[in-house]
Amino acid sequence: MVFLETKNLTKKFGGNTAVNNVDFTIEKGKINAIIGPNGAGKSTFFNLVSGFHPPTSGQVIFKGKDITKLPSNKIAELGVARTFQTTNLFDQATVLDNVIVGHRLRTKSNLFDAIFRTKRLKQEEKQCRDKAIEVLDFVGLTDVAYKLAGSLSQEEKKRVAFALGLATDPEIIFLDEPAAGVNPDETDGLAELMEKMVERGITVCLIEHKMSMIMKLADKIMVLSYGEKIAEGTPEEIQNNEAVIKAYLGGSAIA
Amino acid sequence: MDVLIQQLFNGLTLGSVYSLVALGLTLVYGILHIPNFAHGALYMVGGYITLTMMTQAGLNYWIAIVVSCLVVGGLAVLMERLVFHPLRHAPAIHDKIAAIGIMLFLEALVQFIWGAEYQTMVSPYGQVVNVAGVTLTMQRLLIIVATVVVMIILYIFLKKTFTGATIIAMSQNRDGANLVGINTNRVAMLTFLVSGALAAIAVSLSAPINLVFPGMGHLVLTKAFVIIILGGMGSIPGAIVGGYILGFTEALGATYISNDYKDVIAFVILVLILTIKPNGLFAAKGGH
Amino acid sequence: MAGLLKQRNIIAVLIVFAIVFPFITNNNYFIHIMTLAFIWIIGVYGLNLLAGYTGYLSLAHAGFFAIGAYSLALLTTKAQMNYWLAFVLALIITSVLGMIIGLISLRTKEHFFAIYTLCVGYIIYLVIDKWDSLTGGVRGLIGIPAPGNIGPIEFNTPISNYYLVLFFLLITVLVVYRIVHSLTGRTYIAIRNSEDLAQTIGINTMKNKLMVFVISTFFAGLAGALYASFIRFIGPDIGYITITFDLLTYLIVGGIGTLSGPVIGTILIVWVSQQLQFLQDYRMMIFGPILTLLVIFYPRGISGGFIDWRAKRKEKKQNQLNLENQQMLSAQETSAASNKNG
Repeated sequence: MVFLETKNLTKKFGGNTAVNNVDFTIEKGKINAIIGPNGAGKSTFFNLVSGFHPPTSGQVIFKGKDITKLPSNKIAELGVARTFQTTNLFDQATVLDNVIVGHRLRTKSNLFDAIFRTKRLKQEEKQCRDKAIEVLDFVGLTDVAYKLAGSLSQEEKKRVAFALGLATDPEIIFLDEPAAGVNPDETDGLAELMEKMVERGITVCLIEHKMSMIMKLADKIMVLSYGEKIAEGTPEEIQNNEAVIKAYLGGSAIA
Repeated sequence: MDVLIQQLFNGLTLGSVYSLVALGLTLVYGILHIPNFAHGALYMVGGYITLTMMTQAGLNYWIAIVVSCLVVGGLAVLMERLVFHPLRHAPAIHDKIAAIGIMLFLEALVQFIWGAEYQTMVSPYGQVVNVAGVTLTMQRLLIIVATVVVMIILYIFLKKTFTGATIIAMSQNRDGANLVGINTNRVAMLTFLVSGALAAIAVSLSAPINLVFPGMGHLVLTKAFVIIILGGMGSIPGAIVGGYILGFTEALGATYISNDYKDVIAFVILVLILTIKPNGLFAAKGGH
Repeated sequence: MAGLLKQRNIIAVLIVFAIVFPFITNNNYFIHIMTLAFIWIIGVYGLNLLAGYTGYLSLAHAGFFAIGAYSLALLTTKAQMNYWLAFVLALIITSVLGMIIGLISLRTKEHFFAIYTLCVGYIIYLVIDKWDSLTGGVRGLIGIPAPGNIGPIEFNTPISNYYLVLFFLLITVLVVYRIVHSLTGRTYIAIRNSEDLAQTIGINTMKNKLMVFVISTFFAGLAGALYASFIRFIGPDIGYITITFDLLTYLIVGGIGTLSGPVIGTILIVWVSQQLQFLQDYRMMIFGPILTLLVIFYPRGISGGFIDWRAKRKEKKQNQLNLENQQMLSAQETSAASNKNG
């Protein structure tokens, strides 16, 4: 089933075309991966799908609804989460405190509720806190929930980023290089976590450079090169695709 | 008609000073991406140094300017080393606050040493001359000519010398500059030195037609910010053109709109620009 | 829990102290200074919500302070309006202007925002300074009435004014406390940490920033209105950039982005400046470098430095405890192992 789809998605920055005419479909309940040499337009593609930049042309369709022109916060409300390569956390606050705000979009309390400490606020605060505890447990960070975010390891920070995304109650999550800068053992742990998300019914789409991980993990891969889709298919298909091999040999070496 | 010519001439004078101040600000922004809120204070300190060199040390106007350039340039380098360099990875709000701290300190210090009174700088070029039916003082003529000379020297320095080329290279791409082996620390210090010297020249030229007082840097600084947003943050030609545009606008605005509100013009221009284009007139191209 | 109780106790002690302060000093001049400090604190809290919690450094704060003060002054002196009606209107005027300016200025970010608001501040100052027929220009406005009576309570004495301002200060602290410790406050902090991230977790950043900008100007206006009726005359100087810098100094020294920072910073600096009377005009020779040094070494000021220190100590203790537990465990293990071997 087509879950999220892009049609002729194009983004130009000045004279450069960062993403060119990309058609891509993401199936529900699968792990989808986007790979490509540096500067291939992967992050830009993410930015377009999550409403960060408006595309120059083309469409993004989520569950049959055109979300191309929606701002990123509205897209998040519809159930599309994303993480960044680096996550700026509030280092002086606890991990839990950092994650609580992730569920904010599902709450309604406003300034009035805050100033008068209404029942709604108290109830929603509990709701957010419970959600944060739940997702921290899901990503395996229960132990450090009350530690300061500043004291976390690189891998733990990655997990917090996941938790923050998951706290928004997404149906699909876009992960931008989730395993960058962590060691091989930890990479395996993160891969397991992604599989766990899929089991939970959350569709995953990720950008990654670590090929061994992708080839094991992904159900479907799209390859971008110079902003264009040059291949799409299962890991086996991609590994044997001539265009892909050429792009990688011509560009940066395959990892 | 005479009034118009007179005002255009005034605009040229004003614009010259603005351009010099804005040039220093834009150079620093180009290299370090810091909006130096203490730049106006450097300008002000420069005014006092030149004045004191002339009145107390009895130096010749030009030698006083050279001393002022060295002192203010040195002060700017010190600022870079002691404050901006340690803060280069801090959140964006920090360098601004730090710069404001320096500014407050310099103003209080100057007030402590020289007092809060308005002082006049008497230049040796007070004569009135008559050019093409327009009366003007030699000092104003000097401002215009000297500014052009300074700009030409700066141009030669940036374009024709290796050191200057490194400044340009770094302002275009800091990481790249680091990669090709440019000593970015040295370039940053050098840029601050040039920036401070430009402020000192600007104030030394304009002080004789204005007044010297501790708060003299405020308006100039804010207008210089307007100019570099007008001309593109970090752009050198933009600072020059923007400076003259603002100079002319103010001179004409003072005559044809309202003398009282002439200082508002710059800010209204800026507010309009940023209202329409929140990232400045020439926002950085591309992006990630 | 013990920490919370302690914190509550400290707050209670401070409030009691503030209430009995006039009787302890019995010195009208000190009461005057303290009242003024309280007024500044209200303004600093406004700045703190915006710059400290949301990460937007506004340099137009003195402008809004002046708008609050001038609105009250003009409505009471020129329009002869009832004091409290004028007071409420002054706050509304400031907030509405804040909303309009916020709507435009918040489209800019970081240094553009700082420069933009710097210019807005200048425009406000220059308009007040030049619009002679309305604002009295450089001469300013005189004869601003003291706060009107509320029932039998009059506000003619320094002490009664002190309590009135203290009342508003306590309300301000309560409101800011509740905002900061609510989902709304968490939202602001999320925007400060990373606006992009906040946006992707579904936060309408523009709406939230606008809200906090309006609250921030509201507090600036409140401080301004109280100032006008406390000092009874105002001039354009109160809208000048130096006032913004003063407020910023109080905030940075006390601790930007902390709840107690505005109180600590303002009272400390106001009293130190009082003690160093001879330094009055040159106080920035000391506070300027302090500002710069704090930003480099203790960016969260006295209050933030204390919080960090306490948190680190707690963590160290925790680690120590963990380590001891581990050592104990491994000791047990080795002894168990040696027992087995033996």
